Amino acid sequence: MIYFDNSATTRPYPEVLDAFVKTSENYFANPSSLHSLGARTEKLLTQARRQIASLLGADENEIFFTSGGTEGNNLAIKGTALEYRSRGRHIITTAVEHASVFETCRQLEEWGFRVTYLPVDRSGRIKLDDLKQAITDETILVSVMHVNNEVGTVQPVEEIGQLLKTYPKILFHTDDVQGCGKVPLSLHGAGIDLCTVSAHKCHGLKGTGILYKRANLRLSPLLTGGHQERGLRSGTENTGGIVAAGKALRLVHEKFEAGAAERTARIRDALIEKLQEMPAVTVHTNPAVSAPHILNFSVRGIRGEVLVHALEEEGTYISTTSACSSKTRELSRTLLAMGVSEDEAEWAVRVSLSYENTMEEAERFIRILRQTITNLQQVLGRNQ
Amino acid sequence: MNYDRILIRYGELSTKGHNRQFFIRHLKDNVKKALRPFGGIEVQALYDRMYVLLHGADGGQVIDILKSIFGIQSFSPAVRTRKQLEDIEQAGLELVRQNFAKGKTFKVSARRGDKTFEYDSNDLNHLVGGYILKQLDGIQVNVKQPDIELLVDVRKNGVYLSTEVIKGSGGLPVGASGKAMLMLSGGIDSPVAGYLAMKRGVKVEAVHFHSPPFTSPRAKQKALDLAQKISAYSGSMKVHIVPFTKIQETIHKGVPEGYSMTVQRRVMLEITDRLRKIHNGLAIVTGESLGQVASQTLDSMVAINDVTTTPVLRPLVSMDKLDIIDIAQKIGTYDISSLPYEDCCTIFTPPSPKTRPKLELARLYESRLDLEPLIEEAVQNTEDVFITPNETAQEEDFSELL
Repeated sequence: MIYFDNSATTRPYPEVLDAFVKTSENYFANPSSLHSLGARTEKLLTQARRQIASLLGADENEIFFTSGGTEGNNLAIKGTALEYRSRGRHIITTAVEHASVFETCRQLEEWGFRVTYLPVDRSGRIKLDDLKQAITDETILVSVMHVNNEVGTVQPVEEIGQLLKTYPKILFHTDDVQGCGKVPLSLHGAGIDLCTVSAHKCHGLKGTGILYKRANLRLSPLLTGGHQERGLRSGTENTGGIVAAGKALRLVHEKFEAGAAERTARIRDALIEKLQEMPAVTVHTNPAVSAPHILNFSVRGIRGEVLVHALEEEGTYISTTSACSSKTRELSRTLLAMGVSEDEAEWAVRVSLSYENTMEEAERFIRILRQTITNLQQVLGRNQ
Repeated sequence: MNYDRILIRYGELSTKGHNRQFFIRHLKDNVKKALRPFGGIEVQALYDRMYVLLHGADGGQVIDILKSIFGIQSFSPAVRTRKQLEDIEQAGLELVRQNFAKGKTFKVSARRGDKTFEYDSNDLNHLVGGYILKQLDGIQVNVKQPDIELLVDVRKNGVYLSTEVIKGSGGLPVGASGKAMLMLSGGIDSPVAGYLAMKRGVKVEAVHFHSPPFTSPRAKQKALDLAQKISAYSGSMKVHIVPFTKIQETIHKGVPEGYSMTVQRRVMLEITDRLRKIHNGLAIVTGESLGQVASQTLDSMVAINDVTTTPVLRPLVSMDKLDIIDIAQKIGTYDISSLPYEDCCTIFTPPSPKTRPKLELARLYESRLDLEPLIEEAVQNTEDVFITPNETAQEEDFSELL
């Protein structure tokens, strides 16, 4: 099996599963309970929070646990909108955000907010000048993802943060679900107020996410109740998932430190090189401005969905654009915003790597892809 | 050009005459202790300045740590050059260029500590400023409100350049004024009192009273967490956990309700004083301020303070609650203090404690109990916990899970 769909989700590390099982067995008490079983669980939770904070370069009190990337993005954006609506009702985001940002902004439009969706260039990057021009007195939030989930483009987040430092009233949120562990980001250095991370994209478990919220920043909660997570996110803590997330992030971080990102980029570059040799293929990812693990391309005349299923028969797993929108049969917003034609967008597929993938798999993938394309082209009667 | 050192300006030390070496030594020790995790760092303490040589350590992290060390008035990341005009110009240009963007203004502020240097500060301002003006396109001089201020400090052993003056915590180096015992409850006040005592150079050890099962283990953890927060200002801290259950029960049974709290406080002070003797402290620090609650009236202070002649320092005595909260927030103890766990100040609190207890009655009620063996036992069984700002006194090791 070749698993090249790591931006949809990653396989949890065995150590992570082990930590989850042990935690769920031995630290099952509710951390809010007064007795010593609860206190032990709370200590473990505190330790996990501390470890995650230090891995993300944040303070312990800036880390809030959520159910995942979607909740993190909803909480960051709606929480800001609700808290600061009296300051203004304008939000700036980009045309290439993940659905959990995009649809949240759509919903806010229904609630009477105004949203600017910044355009991107052919590589998928926004221009700082466009952002500058979009800012008004009414602007309360800028939400720009760090790494695009469909194409891999890295947005100039640090520059945006620098620019926004001169606008103290505007909060800056970044969706780092795809970048975490792959592309370094200095939360404090880049002036980021809110940052979303998801555990299962880094070999943790589904159902656990992290929202970084800069100290001394107020945010309106979406889930109210028992005042867990210092009132920002009520609900009994998912201790097992959180501990597993702490472990997963540490392991990914260690691999990154050991040069895994460079190694992954070399695999990605080798894939691009081979893909560009194929006349029917157009590569949409610009490696010069992209994260090391995501690669998007189109095969002329073959719908992405067809290619995904054909490769699946060969034990090779990739996806059309993003998993979250691949069921809705919509064309990739990201590709269209980059100026890719509707046809090309319909033919697009995404390969997404993890630090587990090898060069050997990449070579095998290319062989399988070549063969699959040839077979499909014969069936579809569109030989070059 | 990267900063290779941090120049530290002493706070009130400059005014301390012959004590100066003593203060500088304490400050140097504290800085070294705080920067120990960085390994290769070197600290040079001179008569008028201290230099932290980074040797490749992360300047940003070092700066954050220096901000919390008392006895530092201000500090600047700096580079050192030879005492040659062209070297100074070159380094100055580099530093300004790093912070420069179109339209920004600058000025040069030179100081000539070494009067043998051939150019005086005015010359240097003009020469270095003129050079940068010529080299950097679009930069302008603004002497009143420059965006970038280039500091040039000519000293005997070289010239130090920097573009930033970062405010230090002020105060006196912790330890320079001796040691005191801090009565640390879980409340908002006592950690602030400890912090303020440290700011005046006092080395603080905390004393916490623990009454299981009437107080929860989390109340104790809370005290340890508070101690850890303020230990950032001294590098480390000892916390003495006193088992107080028996004494509290005895007092609760044997003393008329209105006086139980007064007697309890007297015993706490007595125990703290005995621990002070054992650990060679000179004074006791408390978070009391006047008039907030029953135990903090002047009458009450008279009735409690009676047990010892040791100086009891009350840094908060004249402060308003809101000012105390401000400091607690600044030093990061407020959120911990606001956690809801019972501590031994709040349990057994009678419905109506005497706001004006009489000293004689307090003595009388106390003398009716046979407290001495219990006090001695509590002192004997006191648990000492050593705390540093970075590691917690974890009772359990979670490394297998994380």
